[in-house]
Amino acid sequence: MADNGTTANGKIEKVSIIVSKGSLEGIYPALIMANGARAEGIEANLFFTFFGLDAIHKARHDHIKLATVGNPGLHLATWAGGLPGVSSVMTHYMAHKMGELDIPSIPEFIEMIADTGAGLYGCKASVDLFGLTKNDFIDQVKDIITVGEFYDLAAGGQIIFT
Amino acid sequence: MATKVYAGTEVTVNDEGFFADPEQWREEMAPQIAAEAGIPVLTEPHWQVVKFMRHEYAEKGTGPSVRALSKTSGVSIKELYELFPKGPAKLAARIAGIPKPRGCI
Repeated sequence: MADNGTTANGKIEKVSIIVSKGSLEGIYPALIMANGARAEGIEANLFFTFFGLDAIHKARHDHIKLATVGNPGLHLATWAGGLPGVSSVMTHYMAHKMGELDIPSIPEFIEMIADTGAGLYGCKASVDLFGLTKNDFIDQVKDIITVGEFYDLAAGGQIIFT
Repeated sequence: MATKVYAGTEVTVNDEGFFADPEQWREEMAPQIAAEAGIPVLTEPHWQVVKFMRHEYAEKGTGPSVRALSKTSGVSIKELYELFPKGPAKLAARIAGIPKPRGCI
């Protein structure tokens, strides 16, 4: 294998994906990347840090919302996006559209990704910052690790930051 | 494009090893394709998935992605990855002589 985690013909063999956001549109891309990697036979790890921890947090992973304020990509005026209930309504609508395409909810998706053999990890610094423990997270989380341990885990592969 | 010989018959495959013409596939070819793909023996569960992929292709014109495969075949994601470690939908499609499924889930 070449030094950057690819084979002689350039195929990627391993990816370690960092999830740093806690919004719906901030989390899904990382999950699609991880699941897609596994479907191609690529080894995958997911490292949840900062608000990304919400995606693996037992009490919060089913309540991830779409960011409707200050989100230019949504083409919705910030004042409108800030009205009470707008985020919930838009999240609900988005979930409905995803359901039509059989895109799983975040909890189901992460469980599925764990079933494919991908490694799920929480960031120790963020866990400490938010006063959390391993018990706050879903069972599929393998460990709470430091950034140095993440780099060891990611060695020989590509790192994707989301 | 290249030609390969499976079970004594010449077939055309694309650069990734998928059958250019699914009609050229015969069941006897499956074990040989599987061995090439790193699966030395096709067990009963393997065959179940391969036949299912073929069936789905015949019905819908395309093979299912991993999630769809798991939901409709009844084989769990965990088991699919145990049977086909390097990507179930991709490998099973190749062994079944159908094109690689295009899907992101």
